[in-house]
Amino acid sequence: MKKIKLTIDNTPVTVPEQTTIMEAAQTIGIHIPRLCYHPDLSLEGACRICIVEVDGARTFQTSCSTEVREGMTIQTNSPEIRQARRDLVELILDNHPQDCQTCERDGQCELQNLAYTLGVRERLYEGERKTFPLETSSLSVIRDSEKCILCYRCVRMCSEVQGVHNLTQMHRGVKTVVTPAFEAPLADSVCINCGQCINVCPTAAFQEKRFTDEVWAALADPAKHVVAQIAPSIRAAIGEDFGLPAGTPATFQTVTALRRLGFDAVFDTNFGADLTVVEEAHELVLRIKKNENLPLLTSCSPGWISYMEHFYPELIPHASSCRSPMTMLSVLLKTYYAELKSLDPKNIYVVGIMPCTAKKFEIFRPEHYTATGQPFTDAVLTTREFAWMVKAYGIDFTKLPDNDFDNPLGFSSGAADLFGTTGGVMEATLRTAAEKITGEPLRDLNFTQVRQVEGLKEASIKVGSQTLNVAVANGLTNAQTILEKVKAGKKQYHLIELMACPGGCVGGGGQPYPSEGRYVLDRDLIRLRAQALYMIDEKKKVRKSHENPFILELYENFLGRPGSEKAHHLLHTHYTPREPRGIK
Amino acid sequence: MTNQSTLHPDVVAFIEECLGREHPESFLMAVLHKVQDYYGFLSQAHMYEVAQRLQVPTSTVSGVSTFYHFFRLKPRGKYAISVCLGTACFVKGADNILEAFKTELGIELGETTKDGLYSLENTRCLGVCGLAPVVTINDKVFSQVTPQQVPEILNRVLSQDTEKTAPTPA
Repeated sequence: MKKIKLTIDNTPVTVPEQTTIMEAAQTIGIHIPRLCYHPDLSLEGACRICIVEVDGARTFQTSCSTEVREGMTIQTNSPEIRQARRDLVELILDNHPQDCQTCERDGQCELQNLAYTLGVRERLYEGERKTFPLETSSLSVIRDSEKCILCYRCVRMCSEVQGVHNLTQMHRGVKTVVTPAFEAPLADSVCINCGQCINVCPTAAFQEKRFTDEVWAALADPAKHVVAQIAPSIRAAIGEDFGLPAGTPATFQTVTALRRLGFDAVFDTNFGADLTVVEEAHELVLRIKKNENLPLLTSCSPGWISYMEHFYPELIPHASSCRSPMTMLSVLLKTYYAELKSLDPKNIYVVGIMPCTAKKFEIFRPEHYTATGQPFTDAVLTTREFAWMVKAYGIDFTKLPDNDFDNPLGFSSGAADLFGTTGGVMEATLRTAAEKITGEPLRDLNFTQVRQVEGLKEASIKVGSQTLNVAVANGLTNAQTILEKVKAGKKQYHLIELMACPGGCVGGGGQPYPSEGRYVLDRDLIRLRAQALYMIDEKKKVRKSHENPFILELYENFLGRPGSEKAHHLLHTHYTPREPRGIK
Repeated sequence: MTNQSTLHPDVVAFIEECLGREHPESFLMAVLHKVQDYYGFLSQAHMYEVAQRLQVPTSTVSGVSTFYHFFRLKPRGKYAISVCLGTACFVKGADNILEAFKTELGIELGETTKDGLYSLENTRCLGVCGLAPVVTINDKVFSQVTPQQVPEILNRVLSQDTEKTAPTPA
């Protein structure tokens, strides 16, 4: 590729052609301020914060969308540019609520940060503010259009990465608003609750629906036996919220933090994951034997499940009937555990600590209620909400001693940890299914073919005399690609793992906002979080779900065998086509 | 869905024709115009069906329909009253005429009377500034209108109407 020579801030730079000015500046360590730009999304050029001065150009140029040319001379920080950038931010602020102190994103807001770094120290004008009611119809996501600065990152995320196309800009000029079709409430739209709009929003125009008040209240209620379970990916990401380097596993400090907060017992969603593997592998082997409803589509990701119900209802028979690991564990907590501890299930309050906003929707699906009308999981906190509670309590997370989970629902195999990253459910299921099919122990447990999946990956895995065609997809646009191939029917797939969020749960809609120097869903960040999980798996003695002694005990004492009637009743579920129908 | 279409067969046929061409999604505007020609406005049900048939996200259809001023999202009355607010008409007091229509009909700009007979719209220059201020009702032009004439104009329109009611919406 041709090399281009140019000068940025008096420093000579050589970059390949088609590089943008913003990227070229990055190579010499200059971070040009920006708002609407995101490296994984298409260019919008809406905010104009990233303007630079190009010698010979009549106007300031947006560095995100202007490619370098031979001999260009660029100033990123001339007095005029600094003034213009500050003016632009001030104009945005003129139409933005002045409620930073009470705002959800205070301290983690890109607009606030930008105003500070660009030196906005006083407000010259008060603009006429737009007014919109807070949109709270969704069980997962709150939309606050008054805080929206119209950068359209959410619109692009929703359509380009997630393929949901739910968000759009309606009306024009000062009346422009980001909303689902027909300004419908999120609850009546094709929203799949993934929460990626929250992740990419630079302000607090999207937020998760908080459960912290309910959880504080439950913890303070002596009549309630309050238990927590933590998802596999929490341990890989939570440390970031307390200043630990990305990719630091923090499983056992998290357990301690939960105990300090006052939880009566702390369990591991991993146990639910092991159980999911055993049930799902059983389902897979059975379907392969009967050659029906193949490929089997995984069912752990509630964002994907909603997507299927809105966009691919015709594929519902292919989805695994397994409830998600979280719900499986919650079911056991209100049945098995309640029996063991002689507790009334009505007094058990189950809190899921999840990387996910769609889990908040999942717990209120009517399929996941007890016979007496309580949800199996009473509340779901995102990683962010949980980290906030720890801070609110004044717990110094980094100084906490280690503490282990409670049993019998706290022990897990290494396979379960992998559920937190893309390819993990696949690898865990293969470890168990392969041994079931061949009847022999696996020589190599590491299915590296399905690791580090950037979007979509297919693999053919030899299992005894059979070859299993598998695929792993994360981000729903990638899911769509593979599902269209399935529908075309040219190749027989056996198992497909689908995760709604980029990178799987480590990139979930409820994960910590990026720390200083990183951007949202930074590929490097996702990789580091995933590495933490692979590290945990490597170190465990038990690395196959079906060898988890507590799982074996559970089947022996309570469930019978995998796929038994009792297992079906308690651990499996069904799905329903949903309106409005999505358009891919 | 094909069995219980809410769209006129001609519109459906037009969409089918678009689907046979390259980039059918680029015909969204044309399809919406067609729907508006048939029904006078774009209803949510119609837009939802257009989205499904043309396989364009419903959010895009809804965004486009609100971006362009010429798409109407509310039913139009049997008589579409359009007051020219172009420079010449405005200078000659078109705003007072608009006010007179609002008072007489009890509706705001962009609304339709409850009986479905009249809707009130504005327009920019019609190119007949010599006749300013101008009002059009459907394809009839009323020139050099004064606010005092407004009740009489409305009466005249109605007296020429044999049914004196709005057709039931499709």
